[in-house]
Amino acid sequence: MAFTAFSANTKVADQAPRKRGWIALLLLAPGIAYMLLFFVTPFIQLAITSLQAPAESGGIGQYVAAVQFSNYWVAIQEYWPQLLRSFVYAVIATVVGLILSYPLAYLLGVTLRNRAMLQGILLILVVAPFFISLLLRTLAWKSILPNEFIGTDGAVIFGLIYNFIPFMVLPMFASLQALDLRLVEAGSDLYASPVTVFRKVTLPLSLPGVVSGTLLSFIPMSGDYVVASRSFLGSTDTAMVGNVIESNFLQTQNYPMAAALSILLMVIILVIVATYVRKSGAEDLL
Amino acid sequence: MADPQSFAEKGADLELVGIQKRYPGFTAVENLDLVIPAGSFFALLGPSGCGKTTTLRLVAGLEEPTQGRILIGGKDVSRLKPHKRPVNTVFQSYALFPHMTIQENVAFGLRRRKIGDPVGKAHEALRLVELDHVADRKPAQLSGGQQQRVALARAVVNRPALLLLDEPLGALDLKLRRQMQQELKQIQQEVGLTFLHVTHDQEEAMTMADTVAVMNKGRIEQMGAPEELYELPQTAFVANFLGQSNLFGVEVVGSTDQVLHTNLNGARISLPRSRSARESGTITIGVRPEKLSLSTHEPESELSLNVLGPGRVIDASFIGVSTQYTVDLPGSGPVEVFAQNMQAGPIAGAGDEVWLSWHVEHTFGLADDRVETGALTADLSTRAIATRASHAE
Amino acid sequence: MKRFTLGKAFVPVVSIITLIYLLLPIMYVIAFSFNEKRGRNNISWRGFSLENWQNPCGAPQVCEAFGNSILVGVVATIAATVLGTMIAIALVRYKFKGRSTVSLLLFTPMATPEVVLGAGLAAQFLLAGVEKGIGTIILAHTMFCISYVVVAVKARVASLNPAIEEAGRDLYASPAQVFWRITLPMLTPGIIGAALLSFALSFDDFIITNFNSGTATTFPKFIYISAMKGVPAQANVLASMVFIAALLMVIFFQIININRKKRLARV
Repeated sequence: MAFTAFSANTKVADQAPRKRGWIALLLLAPGIAYMLLFFVTPFIQLAITSLQAPAESGGIGQYVAAVQFSNYWVAIQEYWPQLLRSFVYAVIATVVGLILSYPLAYLLGVTLRNRAMLQGILLILVVAPFFISLLLRTLAWKSILPNEFIGTDGAVIFGLIYNFIPFMVLPMFASLQALDLRLVEAGSDLYASPVTVFRKVTLPLSLPGVVSGTLLSFIPMSGDYVVASRSFLGSTDTAMVGNVIESNFLQTQNYPMAAALSILLMVIILVIVATYVRKSGAEDLL
Repeated sequence: MADPQSFAEKGADLELVGIQKRYPGFTAVENLDLVIPAGSFFALLGPSGCGKTTTLRLVAGLEEPTQGRILIGGKDVSRLKPHKRPVNTVFQSYALFPHMTIQENVAFGLRRRKIGDPVGKAHEALRLVELDHVADRKPAQLSGGQQQRVALARAVVNRPALLLLDEPLGALDLKLRRQMQQELKQIQQEVGLTFLHVTHDQEEAMTMADTVAVMNKGRIEQMGAPEELYELPQTAFVANFLGQSNLFGVEVVGSTDQVLHTNLNGARISLPRSRSARESGTITIGVRPEKLSLSTHEPESELSLNVLGPGRVIDASFIGVSTQYTVDLPGSGPVEVFAQNMQAGPIAGAGDEVWLSWHVEHTFGLADDRVETGALTADLSTRAIATRASHAE
Repeated sequence: MKRFTLGKAFVPVVSIITLIYLLLPIMYVIAFSFNEKRGRNNISWRGFSLENWQNPCGAPQVCEAFGNSILVGVVATIAATVLGTMIAIALVRYKFKGRSTVSLLLFTPMATPEVVLGAGLAAQFLLAGVEKGIGTIILAHTMFCISYVVVAVKARVASLNPAIEEAGRDLYASPAQVFWRITLPMLTPGIIGAALLSFALSFDDFIITNFNSGTATTFPKFIYISAMKGVPAQANVLASMVFIAALLMVIFFQIININRKKRLARV
């Protein structure tokens, strides 16, 4: 599946000698222009909006260009619980999700490596959730789980984990599938017990997949607001920064606040991800 | 020897008792009984699919035997997992850990056994294979030959009672291979370990090993010192796998207490009784091509010589050191002759009439039944030629 | 080899738990599409009935939202696939200044939370005075799908055997002919895979859509809005239909693949 491309175990190798030429520009121009217009500019726009001040006319949703950095300070002061909560949820959900997903990826990529039929069936089962609406599935949990549980931190974390298991399993599966089992044999031949072989050989060699999978999950999790919304598995006590951004943007139309919160979210994510990537030594993935 | 926590003081005996390995659909190893004495260099030789690699993996513990026992230094290790056996393997693919430096690769086994000064010992082993200067690199940065030497160092550093080598020289070019063959033999003698070397290259086996066992279809066909196997093969398979042989189906017509006399299409062929596995009826005898003398006139008959002829030269190939003749003997088919070029050039060309002679004591008599093997004369089928060509690589 | 897997029982047991975790809601959703219709919500099981399946558009707006999702999905997929494939080819095959910047530019949307992408685009449309509707949804979806298409196709382009194209040139094909007759056909499975991925992402997208849709609804948005008062069973029916269709397609391709491998192995 296309998601296995994210395991990025093999860097895009230097194959045929690279050609120069204007064809490259021709190929790139439309796509890049599109991205500049609809991705880069909105970002810049977001930054600008985050500095705006309310217009004198006083109407809802009216703002003028200004350089009001205080918006950020207000945002932090008012919404630090939601910010903190988002990252706590995301970290817990990522860790638990990892513990649940790695064995499944191992089963698929190592144990079932030579049983194509069974591997194929299980892979389809792992990918099947993509074929049916995420919102409907999350709502299903709302009915399945006991009522007292809904609306707690646990329920939101439960929902977050659920959403992203396939995103964690697939890259780790791709990594484990590529593991040379002769190295496992060599480890055993050199007096390492099965647990030690896992620790010293299997795990380090499957690390690219683990890093891919956790990043692909952690980042969207921190910005999620569907799971935590009151119609789904959350309550007013579980609001994440995404909920707050949504309500500020779409309901109270407090654009500067929403924008400031978005930028804050991005910056914190960047810091966390950069530290994580450097610590796990997987810089070349990016 | 029992304690894998310490270095073995010297190599240990390996004993395989009634080993069998069956897979659904076929048997990889039939009833295998084998004793390899401590400190020897033992080669398991055979074509691909003969079961030699399976046997190696059984000894290493990477596979479990369907039946039978494996004893190392007298201790039954059949049920032990690989990491508990005092055995190390040099893998065919080297299997160096790509995410560790060379030094860490070599020190890996030492660290697992909590042996003191792993780094120092690792460097010592690397010095043995002359690769101490690359200790900080990663395997991907080394050439094939270097990787092979690191794999060897990684295994040897653990001073295992038994070192297993799984066709470790296969991927190397000729010159490097010869060099490594010498180095391996040297290291084995220096350190005094027991080596079990698995290979399909008969030249390699004969150069390095003290004892060679030829395996075919899951069984050992013959085992002994290289010269013994070469000069006195007991089966058609061994006769054709090690070098080349000319084989003839003959009828025993008489004997003395030293010599057997046989009849080949009217010609009288004799061989010492001590060199024949069978003594009556229809047997298969053979002689190596390099033992044959080619002459353009009929030699005088002597008791010590077997003579065949006249035949016609089908082909004469000049190889530099020798000339390889193929001679057609009526009733016996083509016969190969390797003649050293004592004088310049071949002494006979295609179409010439020639006689072949050889010393009686160079003949060998196989234990095979003529019908079973079907290969009576020098096997010139395409498959045999291809097999021989792949051995010569 | 069996000795070396992680403690015999641990891996299979946890795997099964995870699989059940994954699949339970799916079965629930499909099961409840057969729920007897009584009243507004679809929360408690009343009885088995086929009436929802016989009347999938029975609930107001459900089919309109579904249709919108399909429309948006198709258009965005086509646009993203074309633009993304071109970028992927350029990135792998050509050398130009700023290759790493372009790579970064494409990787960043995947690393950005959807709220930020959605809010940013919405702010942009707001300022430009563009009215939000189906058009803006399509524009938004195309944007985030391009990144995924590029990653998927890039992997495929990198794995192509250059010798095959060289053989084409050796046999008198011009560069353009090589591209259209050799390269592109070889890339097609990868491009189709990327397109399917793109469609799946677009169809199921909620957050970005929510910010950029104005009054228009897509299927996920419809579900979100109805979640408060009760999602009609028809939504379950439509979703189940999509699921079954997708599942059949995947199984179909897997069988073809296995048969092809078997045929090749026999030869």
